[in-house]
Amino acid sequence: MSAAAAGQATTKAPLLEITDLDVFYGDFQALFGVSMSVTQGCATALVGANGAGKTTLLRTIAGAEAASAGVISYGGADITSAPPHRRIGRGIALVPEGRRLFPSLTVEENIQVGAAAAASAQWPLQRIYDTFPMIAGRRRQRASTLSGGEQQAVAIARALAAGPSLLLLDEISLGLAPVVVEGLYETLSGLRSAGATIVLVEQDLKRAMDACDDVVCLLEGRVALAAPVADVTRDQVVAAYFGEGHR
Amino acid sequence: MKRNAGVGSLGNRAPVTAVPVSRWNRTATGFTGFCALAVAFMAVIPFVIGGPAEQPLITLLTFVAMASLWNLLAGFSGLTSFGQQAYIGVGAYALYLVAEHGLNPFGGIAAAAVIAAVVALPVSALVLRLSGGYFAVATLVVAGTFQIIATLSPSVGGTTGVSVPGLAGYGDVLREALTYWATLAVAVASVAGVYLLVRHTFGLDARAVSSDPVAAASSGVRVGRIRLLAYVVAAGGAGAVGALIALQTLYVEPTSIFNIQYSVYMLFMVLIGGMGTIEGPIIGALVLFALQEWLSAYGAWYLVIVGGLAVAATLAASRGLWGFASERFGWSLLPVGYRVRQPPPQ
Amino acid sequence: MNWVNAVIQGMLLGGQYALIACGLSLTFGVMRIVNLAHGDLAVCGAYLGLVLSSALGVPVWVTLPLLLPAAFGVGMALQLLLFGRALRHGALAPVLVTFGLSVMIENLLQVAATSDPRGLNGGSLALASFHITGGITVSWLFLTAFLTACAVLSGLQLSLSRTSWGRKVRAIADDLDTARLVGIRVRPVFATVAGIAVATAALAGAFIGTIGTFDPQTGTDVLIFAFEAVVIGGIGSLWGTLAGGVALGVTQVVVGEVNQAYAVLAVNLLFLAVLTVRPGGLFTSRQAVREIQGQGAAG
Repeated sequence: MSAAAAGQATTKAPLLEITDLDVFYGDFQALFGVSMSVTQGCATALVGANGAGKTTLLRTIAGAEAASAGVISYGGADITSAPPHRRIGRGIALVPEGRRLFPSLTVEENIQVGAAAAASAQWPLQRIYDTFPMIAGRRRQRASTLSGGEQQAVAIARALAAGPSLLLLDEISLGLAPVVVEGLYETLSGLRSAGATIVLVEQDLKRAMDACDDVVCLLEGRVALAAPVADVTRDQVVAAYFGEGHR
Repeated sequence: MKRNAGVGSLGNRAPVTAVPVSRWNRTATGFTGFCALAVAFMAVIPFVIGGPAEQPLITLLTFVAMASLWNLLAGFSGLTSFGQQAYIGVGAYALYLVAEHGLNPFGGIAAAAVIAAVVALPVSALVLRLSGGYFAVATLVVAGTFQIIATLSPSVGGTTGVSVPGLAGYGDVLREALTYWATLAVAVASVAGVYLLVRHTFGLDARAVSSDPVAAASSGVRVGRIRLLAYVVAAGGAGAVGALIALQTLYVEPTSIFNIQYSVYMLFMVLIGGMGTIEGPIIGALVLFALQEWLSAYGAWYLVIVGGLAVAATLAASRGLWGFASERFGWSLLPVGYRVRQPPPQ
Repeated sequence: MNWVNAVIQGMLLGGQYALIACGLSLTFGVMRIVNLAHGDLAVCGAYLGLVLSSALGVPVWVTLPLLLPAAFGVGMALQLLLFGRALRHGALAPVLVTFGLSVMIENLLQVAATSDPRGLNGGSLALASFHITGGITVSWLFLTAFLTACAVLSGLQLSLSRTSWGRKVRAIADDLDTARLVGIRVRPVFATVAGIAVATAALAGAFIGTIGTFDPQTGTDVLIFAFEAVVIGGIGSLWGTLAGGVALGVTQVVVGEVNQAYAVLAVNLLFLAVLTVRPGGLFTSRQAVREIQGQGAAG
C-alpha cells in the first residue's frame, strides 16, 4: 500500500520503497510482508503499539537488522543486503531508540563518529552547533553527563553529521519534558523546510500527525494503515493502532 | 505475561488446549536398558578377558568421566574452566594422604572426591565472580597455584612427588582388576550423576544461566547457586578422577598431575562429541581414545592435531558429532530436553 | 637485603608485564575476546626474534623492524580468519578457539624447536647496568623495557584519544551495535587492534626472551602474568595495566628476595586477594567490570 496515495499533487518517484519485508529474530517473526514507500521531502509518521515492529522496521531500513525476505530500495537502488555503512553513504541515517550515545566519548566526538562513513559538506560541525545551540557549549563534555534533552540533540546531530537525505528518528520524545520535546520538533520542522525526508516513530499520535504528511500504522508486524494524514481521521488511526475489526 | 491483543478481539480467541510435553521416549528406555547391560558386561570383563582388555578400558573410562564432568561445567552451565586439573591434583594427593593414614586406597576415592569438592567451595567464591574468558584464565591461575603449593610441600614430596602406599598387599592381577572396577564405577557415576542432575530442574536452570544470566536471574533462577553447584560437583568428580589416576600410575608428581593437558583433552572430547548433550562426551571420549592410539607415536603433533580439531569443531561443527547426528536424524538416546508433541487434531 | 633496590627492580619488571598485558587488555576492551593464546604469541615473537637475530647475526633489537610488522600482520590474519568467525559462534566460542590455538602453538613450537630453553641475543644492552647510589643497581635492559612499556602505553593512549581511528575504537568498545549502525566499519578496526595486540606481545616477547629464558611452555605463564596485571590494575584502563604490572613485579621481586620459591605463589595470591577484595581492580571502568562478571552485554 503506497503512502504517497491520492492527494499528492505531483507524482514524485518514492525515495524509499519497501516491498513485502519479512524480518525474523531467530525463530520469532517481527515483520510480516511490510510494504511502504516514502516520497522525497515528505515526513512519515510510523506509529503502533509497543512490540508492533516500528523499531525493527527502522533498524532494518538502516541495515542493523537483516531482512529474510522482501526488497528495500533507495533512490532506485536495491539496498536490501547492503551493510549499514553503505546505506549511510547513500544517505540513510538512524537516530536510534534510547539515543544510544557512546558514553565515554565527548559530545563532539559522538558527532564526529557519525561522519565516519560519510563526512558531509552540507553539515559541517559549525552548522550542527548552530542548529543545536544547547550542545555547542558542552562539546567537550562526556556525552553521559548531559541531560536527556541534550543527549537527544546530540543523537540527532550525530545522524546529521553524515548529511543524510533520509533521516529516521525512533521515539525522540521518550523520557523528555514536553518543553524539550517542543524544541526538538521545532528543529525537525526546520529540517523539513530545508527539504529533508523524515520517517518518525512517535508514541504521541497527535504530535506525530501534526508534524507529518503521511502516517503508517503497524500492528503486530503488519501494516494496518498507510495514508496521507489529511485523508484519515484520528479515530481511524486509533482503530488501526489497536486492531479493532482487524482480525 | 498476557499480550494486549486489543479490547475488541478478546472474545474471539479460541480456547487454549493443554499441549503434551514429553521428556522420555521408547528409544531412551531401550538405550538405558542397553547401557545397564553394557555396564554389567564391562563389570565381568576382568573375569572373562582380564588384563589386556582392562588397560585400554581404564583409559577410555577415565576419558568418559572427565568429559562428562567438563560437559556439566561448560556444556550445561557455560563455565569454561581450563583448570579442572587443579582438582585432579587435589584428588590424587588426597588419595595419597588418605592411604598414608591407613585407609583402604580404593575407599579413598570417595574421600578424595569429597575433599576436592570441599576445596572447591572457597575457590568458587573467587572464580565464580568472573565469567567467560576471564573465568577461564582465573581457573588456570588456581591450577597453577595448587601446583606451586604442592611443589613447596615436603609432606607430599615437593617436586619429586610421592608413591601411593597401601597397595603392596594386593597382587598385580587383583590390583588391576580393582582399579578397573573403580574406574568403571566413577565413569558410570559421572555420566549418571550428570544426567540425573541435568534432568532435574537444575538442567533447565543451568542452561538458562549459560545462555543469558541476566534474563535467567530475572526469571527467578538462582544464578549463583546453579554455578556453585556445577562447579563443586565437577570439582568432586575431578577429585575422584585424580584419585583414580593416582591408583593407575601409583605415583603422584606435581607437573604431571596438574598438567593442563587434562583440560585440553576435556575440551576436545566435549567439543567433538557435542556440548550440552549426555551422549556427546561419551562419543568424544571414544574419538580421543582412538586418536591417542593412532597418533601417540607422533609426539607433539598429536596435540597440535587435537588442538586444531578443537578449533575447527568450534568454528565449523559447534554441535559436535552427536549434536549433528541428533539434529540430522532426530536421535535422542538419553534425552534431557522437553519435546512438545503434536496436540491431537480437533 | 636491599629493599629499595628490590622495589625498584620490581617496578621496572612491572613495565614488562604491562607491555605484555596491554595487548590482552585491548583485545578484551574492544573485541570482548580474552585471547588465551596471547602469551604463546609473545613467545612466538621471541622464537621469531631468535631465528632472525641468529640468521642476521645481530642482537634481537635490530630485528624489530622486521619482527613487529610481521607480528602485526599475524594479528590481523588471526582476527580475520579465526577470532572474527569465533565471535559469530556465540559467547563461548572465542574462549574455546583461543585455547585450542594456544595448544596448537605450544606444540608446534615444541615440534619445531624442542623444549630446550632458549635465550635471545640482547647485545651489549643486555649486559650493561649502572649504579645510582650505593646498593642500587639498575640494568639498562630492565630500564629500557620499562621505558618502552611507558612509550607504548602513551602512544596507544594518545592514538585512542586524538585520532579518528581511536574514536572509532572507543565507540566500538562502548557499544558495538550502535557503532555499526552509525556506519563504523568494524572489521578493519578489529583487525588493526588485533595487529597491535600481537605486535606489542611480540615486543614484550623480545624483552622476555632477552631477560630470561623461554621454551614452548612459557606462553601459559606469560598469559597468567599478563592476565593478573590486567585484573589487578583494572580492566578497561591502559595505565591501570601499568599499575597492575608494577604491583606484580614488586611483589615478585620483594618476595623473591626472601625466598625465590615463593615468588610466583605470592603473585598468584596477590591476584586472588585483589579478586576477593576489589574485583574491579584499581582503575576500572564499571562497565568493564560488569562485563567480565557476565552481567553486562553478552560477549
